[in-house]
Amino acid sequence: MAYFRSHVLVSIDPVCIEKGAYDLIDALHDELVKQGLVDEIQVLETSRIGDPETQGPDLMVYPETVHYSNLSVNDIPFLVEEHFLKGRVAEQYIREAKAILDEELSAPKAKEVRIVLKNIGEIDPLNIEEYIARDGYMALGKVLTEMTPEETIQEVLDSGLRGRGGAGFPTGLKWRFIRNADGDQKFMICNADEGDPGAFANRRVLEGDPHSVIEGMIIGAYAAGASQGYIYCRAEYPIAVRTMKTAIEQARNFGLLGEDILGSGFSFDLEVRMGAGAFVCGEETALMASIEGHRGEPRPRPPFPAQKGLWQQPSNINNVETYSNVPQIILKGAEWFAGLGYKKSTGTKTFSMAGDVKNTGLIEVPFGITLREIIYDVGGGIKDDKAFKAVQTGGPMGGCLPEANLDLPMDYEALGAAGSILGSGGLVVMDEDTCMVDIARFFMEFTQDESCGKCTPCRVGTRRILEILTRICEGNGKPEDIDTLRHLCDEINENSLCGLGKGAPNPVKSTLEHFLDEYEAHIYEKRCPAKVCRNLIRFEIIDGPCTGCTLCARNCPVDAISGERRKTHVIDPDICIKCGICEQLCPYDAIEIV
Amino acid sequence: MQTTLEKTYTDEALIDPSKRATIDRILQENKHLEGATMVVLNGIQESIGYISSEMQVYIANNLGEPVSRIHGVVSFYSFFTTTPRGKHTIKFCIGTACYVAGIEQIIEKAKQILGIEPGETTEDGLITLELCRCVGACSQAPVIVVDEDVQGRVKPNRFPKTIQDIKSQEG
Repeated sequence: MAYFRSHVLVSIDPVCIEKGAYDLIDALHDELVKQGLVDEIQVLETSRIGDPETQGPDLMVYPETVHYSNLSVNDIPFLVEEHFLKGRVAEQYIREAKAILDEELSAPKAKEVRIVLKNIGEIDPLNIEEYIARDGYMALGKVLTEMTPEETIQEVLDSGLRGRGGAGFPTGLKWRFIRNADGDQKFMICNADEGDPGAFANRRVLEGDPHSVIEGMIIGAYAAGASQGYIYCRAEYPIAVRTMKTAIEQARNFGLLGEDILGSGFSFDLEVRMGAGAFVCGEETALMASIEGHRGEPRPRPPFPAQKGLWQQPSNINNVETYSNVPQIILKGAEWFAGLGYKKSTGTKTFSMAGDVKNTGLIEVPFGITLREIIYDVGGGIKDDKAFKAVQTGGPMGGCLPEANLDLPMDYEALGAAGSILGSGGLVVMDEDTCMVDIARFFMEFTQDESCGKCTPCRVGTRRILEILTRICEGNGKPEDIDTLRHLCDEINENSLCGLGKGAPNPVKSTLEHFLDEYEAHIYEKRCPAKVCRNLIRFEIIDGPCTGCTLCARNCPVDAISGERRKTHVIDPDICIKCGICEQLCPYDAIEIV
Repeated sequence: MQTTLEKTYTDEALIDPSKRATIDRILQENKHLEGATMVVLNGIQESIGYISSEMQVYIANNLGEPVSRIHGVVSFYSFFTTTPRGKHTIKFCIGTACYVAGIEQIIEKAKQILGIEPGETTEDGLITLELCRCVGACSQAPVIVVDEDVQGRVKPNRFPKTIQDIKSQEG
């Protein structure tokens, strides 16, 4: 592999291409040839670096980490001469002092520790050599040449690594079960069906560092004695599917997959299988049914997948993030990994932060950090300096935690005790303007829709809950509804087969526990305290601030707003569907919800 | 058996030679795979755009599976559709973050402009509106997906431009 002293990453997202990113690359190349630097500086194409609307096209120079933006072809000769020939940063092209890598993944903040995310945005995911250059596949080499499968299992066990998909089962133990199970063929499966709304960490890993997952899977396969692997990826992630397929092909060409890997005599191959938009397929038995080509319906356990899994053979299922941790554990040692984290939750966890928080995006922090640290220190606090109301963790099977729980240390046990789950690491932060009954209704709509229909408590129960919640949101709630909801929640939880049914009541249970006053306001006072529920609110235009700019009238989907230009407008309450577009658009804050 | 079936096809995808060839190719390439059903159905949905009942019979015959099983799978997964979609699809993400960020207002706007509900296709067959579960771009909520292009931070008043762009693409 050729050695380059600097790498220039040019962002080629659609907006930058439109603004001439490819011309820029050509110009860069020509100029580097002209200056005789073409063997020293490598030009690479990458995804978005900054905000393309205001900055594009832009480029990032490594290892200096200098971010130039808003460039045109004419700037290139000067830039190349200054930066690459004379070694001076061309200050005039730096538009921002702090580099923003992308919207989803910014530079690591204080309190972050990056293991799973360490390569993302730093390497070209479609080039296996870049992964190898960052110690990629070294762990695999070590395992195959220096360690027995049992030693590998012990190392992972000692590290304390637990399933990052949310269940938190010790990974090493799972592998040992497979190793000790009887079967003609054993399977290694990667659960890349990241279905929780609000979670996107797995997608970034699959798209940004595919080889870390592949390497983790090969190591796991060696330890567990599996010969075939499947990556089951949801259809909503077409780019991840493409990236993984390319990465597998490259690994095969390098002799890292297939027969006799690295001359060790160990053989293992991998295939990507795609889902088709069924949330329940994230459940392990449903996932296997789907790979087999059936309806993705869960089945009772035992037998556990480790005994009878895919095609009735012993099968190991781990999450993307779990596999991605493995190479680092092998390289740096179990002790290093076990030294990070908190109590029985070792290492780090990625969280996908979204909602009403200033810095949305992906973060990776050691276990044990508190929710408050995550939201305020890493996340920068609540948007528009509003008040915090709740944080929803773990997707639709998780719960909503109030202010009182913010000082909980994040680990599998503490979140479980608080009535929520860690899940796949989705964190949706909600401010004071969020109606918790409406949120519970939203999640129930989701689970009701995604319930596979096999178990009656889940299929019918979630629908009953949804009906009651809808009724409450519409202002038709009855006093006995709260007790009925509690009863239904318990029944569904106790009598459902899989995690979807068992977890489905969590959003309702947790909001009932922490935000009962909001339910009561809806039921007894027919009032939505957060002013969200459409039947319980009214939009009005305030006389003073309205300038009659007509913006609201032009954007109203039902033409409920009338008024002359430059005069205060009026909303006809009989036509208004309370969609809130006017309130969101009004530049003068003249629209009030009452 | 095969020849009698041949004559009764009414589905355009089975009559049109090039589409039929695509379906046959997908079947041939994958039928040997273990668990071929999902791979075949995903391939056909992607290249043809739908899997009608007649196509399900055709696939079942080729895979040597009961039609009921193929239909069971097609009807289980939300990505498989049994009717043709429009030339372009606009998907509205109704994940948690997009919901909190106001995707409903964008849907209202789309309904107003196109006069169709999510799940329906415009009369000229140009645009299909769909709702989808989280596309995993939550930090850019609210998100819509136009064909395969994920667009974040969508605003109701800028949404008409998205439709115009699709229309102008078509000339």
